[in-house]
Amino acid sequence: MIDTPRPVHPDITDDMWKQVDEIIIARRDIPGSVITVLRECQDVVGYLPVELMDYISGGMILPRSDVFGVASFYALFSMTPKGRHMIKVCMGTACYVKGIKEVLDRIGNEYQVEEGGTTEDRRFSLEAVRCLGACGLAPVVVINQDTHGDVTANKVLDVLQHYE
Amino acid sequence: MSKLTVQDLEQIKENTQNETSFTDKTYCMICGGTGCHATGSIPIMEALEKEISERGLEEKLQVVETGCNGFCAKGPLLVVQPDGIFYQKLSLEDVPELVDSLMDGGEPPKKFLYKDPVSKKLIPQQDEIPFFANQMPRALRNKGLIDPEKIDHYIATNGYFGAAKALFDMSPDEIVEEVKTSGLRGRGGAGFPTGLKWQFCKGSPGDIKYVLCNADEGDPGAFMDRSILEADPHAVLEGMIIAAKAINAHQGYIYARTEYPLAIRRLALAIEHALEYGLLGDDILGSGFNFNVEIYQGAGAFVCGEETALMRSIEGRRGMPRPRPPFPAVKGLWDRPSVLNNVESFANVPQIIRKGGAWYASVGTDTSKGTKVFAMSGDVNNIGLVEVPMGTGLRELIYDIGGGIPRKKKFKAVQLGGPSGGCVPEQYLDTPVDYEEIAKVGAIMGSGGVIVMDERTCMVDMARFFMDFIQDESCGKCTPCREGTRRLQQTLIKICEGRGEAGDIATMEDLSWVVQESALCGLGQTGPNPVLSTLRYFRDEYEAHIIEKRCPAKRCADLLEFRVEPDECTKCGACFRACPVEAVEWKKKEVARIDIEKCIKCLTCFDKCRFDAIY
Repeated sequence: MIDTPRPVHPDITDDMWKQVDEIIIARRDIPGSVITVLRECQDVVGYLPVELMDYISGGMILPRSDVFGVASFYALFSMTPKGRHMIKVCMGTACYVKGIKEVLDRIGNEYQVEEGGTTEDRRFSLEAVRCLGACGLAPVVVINQDTHGDVTANKVLDVLQHYE
Repeated sequence: MSKLTVQDLEQIKENTQNETSFTDKTYCMICGGTGCHATGSIPIMEALEKEISERGLEEKLQVVETGCNGFCAKGPLLVVQPDGIFYQKLSLEDVPELVDSLMDGGEPPKKFLYKDPVSKKLIPQQDEIPFFANQMPRALRNKGLIDPEKIDHYIATNGYFGAAKALFDMSPDEIVEEVKTSGLRGRGGAGFPTGLKWQFCKGSPGDIKYVLCNADEGDPGAFMDRSILEADPHAVLEGMIIAAKAINAHQGYIYARTEYPLAIRRLALAIEHALEYGLLGDDILGSGFNFNVEIYQGAGAFVCGEETALMRSIEGRRGMPRPRPPFPAVKGLWDRPSVLNNVESFANVPQIIRKGGAWYASVGTDTSKGTKVFAMSGDVNNIGLVEVPMGTGLRELIYDIGGGIPRKKKFKAVQLGGPSGGCVPEQYLDTPVDYEEIAKVGAIMGSGGVIVMDERTCMVDMARFFMDFIQDESCGKCTPCREGTRRLQQTLIKICEGRGEAGDIATMEDLSWVVQESALCGLGQTGPNPVLSTLRYFRDEYEAHIIEKRCPAKRCADLLEFRVEPDECTKCGACFRACPVEAVEWKKKEVARIDIEKCIKCLTCFDKCRFDAIY
């Protein structure tokens, strides 16, 4: 059981809290597992609100500073909510050489969203990510789980219309 | 399945041989690497299987999903064995036609075949395609030939026999000696002799030791580790078992990038199968030796590719490097002696043990033995993964295997070794790939990223791109890297935006020297390389930006006027059609004009204009 009381948070349902508990209980006795716990909790909730990190630190019996320190260090973790669709624009060298910057700028212009940000209607989050290792297909944009290779700005904007 | 003995291994090998030597039927080896998945290989594979079963051809045709074939740009790929016919760029609609052609045994339809970009000839045989013909697969020996999700396939290609030899017939000293004889050096970048690393760790006092595999392939433009993990995950596990025996470790960790879900899945499956077979776990093959492996997923921090940072991250902390010594061989993970090798290094080990170090060292140069996998991308015709003997010339790599530069553009430079590496210009293209020779021309071998750049690449902009990357990934622990890379980045941005001043180059050179000399880890120490190597060969481009406020490659938007030169314009209208915001005014037989008010400076028109008429 976890002694820390569950905080109230609009984005975290009871069912999510239950899953969070399970994740913490399964891992808390394994040294060094806080990164894994944060990742799995983020998969459940979508991001890491401060209340959730506090709860994890209570459950894992770790100082809050440790949990926050890890969460703020790694690019995978986000403390702000994400959009319904995640656009990951690969900023690897191969993609850069093949003109990914224009693609990024055009998406940003079209949907009024900055790199790392989310549109106001939470439709899209736009992220410039590290090399996805699909350099053979450069330039590459990943929308949710779908990889689109050999893209141009126009192509991506067309594809994005299908994601509501 | 009960735990195996060496005799059982032999038995499995014999029973499965048909499937890996393709003697009993025609095998359709569909590439199931990340690249081909993205271009739609999974639905094609399913359709192919359905077509085969509907026509009742299961006895004659077998579909196998393999790991990454390496020729990613031509995907989805299929290689038909035993003939080795290479099919490229398949689509779903092609499946019935494909099965027809496989069954009638005639010439495959031309549209599937590879056409050489230079000679314009069709080349059906995979082995004869220059991209493959000039390679020597060792670390990638099983790519495209086995199903990476079947442990039996790996065993049938002599898999785990290296581990068996190490466990039963060799002492730890003999293993270390064999690896030293092979001359294998760290394939992750630094090139430290692997055997020596094992020897140090073996000699370190301590009853608990760890074997760690660095699968945190962070260099942009490098994807060989992903490919190995996707195509032949057991080779990495086997390499780790051998290392464990050499240093007497019983626990291993693979630190994998979270950005590689498929590689992680295949690796997890490989561990599960190896455990079932007793090739991992307690009493491996009945030898009395115990070894377990766990996958540890990273969380997106480039610096975690640095060994001490990686260990911090496994310990669940911020992945920040610490000063060395003590080296990981003495004080590594959880302060225990640890060996950390990269995926490609481990993948080479089983063959070194099985065939001997001398065999491995039979190719290569004096100081760099064996083969190296390179990930070739950028402005080159044949993008993909290539494995060549050390000592192969860069020109051969780019022109013979890579097929040269597309669209008749001129070669400008090749970037080697990722963000910490450097650019090599035309005049040094005959440099062989060798740790020392590459260092002499101002680049590094690094993990093996080869990014080819044509004349349209601005070298100042490129340096800025790499500096953005390094600055962003600097962990912030030591001041020279945290502040130095930021200042370098700011100066480069200034130059690219046309605000460069006399003296900027000298300031950057001074600062680069300070960062190199005083940063804590490899990331910082090599951080200024992109600036230094571009300054070394392309100083004139910097000067053009700073003094003339001109970008010779026409990439820096702030230095461009976005005007059409009437004498050069052929009135073709390509820019007009390409402009995304209708800023180009053009009518048939008239010179185009760009409306600066509407223009968003996206450079699309520059790319489309084949006559260099926009400036």
